[in-house]
Amino acid sequence: MAQKRHALKLPMIEIQQLTKVFDTRPAVDQVTFTVRPGEVLGFLGPNGAGKSTTMKMLTGFLPPTSGGARICGHEVTEDPIAAQRCIGYLPEGAPLYPDMTPASLLQFVSQARSMERAHARQRTDEVVALVGIESVMKQRIDTLSKGFKRRVGLAAAILHDPQVLILDEPTDGLDPNQKEEVRKLIRSMAQDKVIVLSTHILEEVEAVCTRAIIISEGRVLFDGTPAELRARSTTHGAVALHLAGTQADAASKALNGLAEVERVEVLAGDPDEDLVRLRAYGAGEAPLLQPITDLARNKNWDVRHLSVERGSLDEVFRTITTQTGAQK
Amino acid sequence: MSLALHNTRCVFKRELQGYFATPVAYVFLVIYLILAGVFTWYLGGLYEQDQADLTPFFSFQPWLFLALIPALAMRLWAEERHSGTIELLLTLPISPGQAVLGKFLAAWLFVGVALALTVGEWITVAWLGGPDHGVIATSYLGTLLLAGAFLAIGACLSALTRNQVVAFVLSISIGFLFILSGYPAVLEFAEAVLPEFLVGAVQQMSFLTHFNGMVRGVIDARDVVFFLSLIGVFLYANTVIIDSKKAD
Repeated sequence: MAQKRHALKLPMIEIQQLTKVFDTRPAVDQVTFTVRPGEVLGFLGPNGAGKSTTMKMLTGFLPPTSGGARICGHEVTEDPIAAQRCIGYLPEGAPLYPDMTPASLLQFVSQARSMERAHARQRTDEVVALVGIESVMKQRIDTLSKGFKRRVGLAAAILHDPQVLILDEPTDGLDPNQKEEVRKLIRSMAQDKVIVLSTHILEEVEAVCTRAIIISEGRVLFDGTPAELRARSTTHGAVALHLAGTQADAASKALNGLAEVERVEVLAGDPDEDLVRLRAYGAGEAPLLQPITDLARNKNWDVRHLSVERGSLDEVFRTITTQTGAQK
Repeated sequence: MSLALHNTRCVFKRELQGYFATPVAYVFLVIYLILAGVFTWYLGGLYEQDQADLTPFFSFQPWLFLALIPALAMRLWAEERHSGTIELLLTLPISPGQAVLGKFLAAWLFVGVALALTVGEWITVAWLGGPDHGVIATSYLGTLLLAGAFLAIGACLSALTRNQVVAFVLSISIGFLFILSGYPAVLEFAEAVLPEFLVGAVQQMSFLTHFNGMVRGVIDARDVVFFLSLIGVFLYANTVIIDSKKAD
């Protein structure tokens, strides 16, 4: 039993120095990482960063220029078929045969994956209910809306209950409700599987991923949890404070007087409101909230809003992905 | 059933379904049957020749196929590339070779169906007189092999591009060369510029040289081997192209 549990935790995706050069431009540049069961890896990066190219190499669609990837222990370049058996893949834009119906497409995929007929039927029913495409099973795919097409593609990817699920922008083009459904679906499948998904929606990473990798110009620039990513924000841990009936100068002077506060920023407020908006940044790791509430009580400030900032993912993303450009 | 066979059959079935899910199949069948009839009865003058055989029908087949089969083959891979479904197909645990063979066989069977529907012409000449049924049977076999050769060329060239029109024009051009190389005018020109053994090679590559033998009622193993190996060579090239250039 212990051995089995250990075996389950072996990395299912191992990428070593994976590189793809188009003409002379490296699209993916020596990318190395491993992913273990239970991990949901969010692949982030600006457009053209190499996310899709990496995924195409993982699924055996594009040969790498150098380096390699192992999926469930199978080297993709040497035994692509064995690797592809372990993978469920939703390519970018979810391409599907337009003249087929979802029913015939799923049947084709189940046969291509050599699924037993009874098992295929049972899995098809499950998957169809899971992604909610019962109502369109007999309709031609080219008549379906973008949301339905994406869900049909997702159904095809998860039909054989793969150990490794690779989803290239699974929520792109979906409306907010559909996005939430797909995220729920991904979370529900996360146990014992490895899921890699690319996205450019930062909130999505926090909503579904246990780990985030930021890639830009083909290189990995960040690898950590979404919380660690957010912690890199300059506003992370800062305290926002809205006061009524107080002068901004006086208030910020008082805040600056605290040992824990490094600096205070006066934020632009609504001119119609008589509110002073301030943001206090901490000097170190020491908590800020306690001394600031104490100060407000002593000064008898009319506090209308008080919160600890979580930090902005957008800001971190911009900082990380534009740094490389500056270095060059 | 071996896995390779299973996978090939799986692609084959999907392709065949595809023909009948779109107007492609029906348009092709109707046009082919009308043109075959027109060529046989009006241009070929089957009625006027006062002879109960299908020579007029078969002698026009290479020209009919030259135009129609590239139209059928052009979509095989170009459309997969254009719509991106090639990424879906080739990331399933199916090898490029199996996909190439499955697609080709489906298209070949489809042309076979079209050919089978011309059986009305056979019945007609049988009713008009006493044709040599053996000759007609070998002619049908030759026609089927010829169609396979055109298809293999078209499928291979379709893999080179995402543009179906480019695939169509390329296939017609290459197919035309394979027909022309048997013509006396071309051979005379070849004799003038090429050493003798190459002239023979050019003549040997001609579809007409091998096809005409079968239309006369002679099944020469060399003709059959020629068509089958030509199909093999182009399908192999098709596989190499797909395997080395899956994306773009």
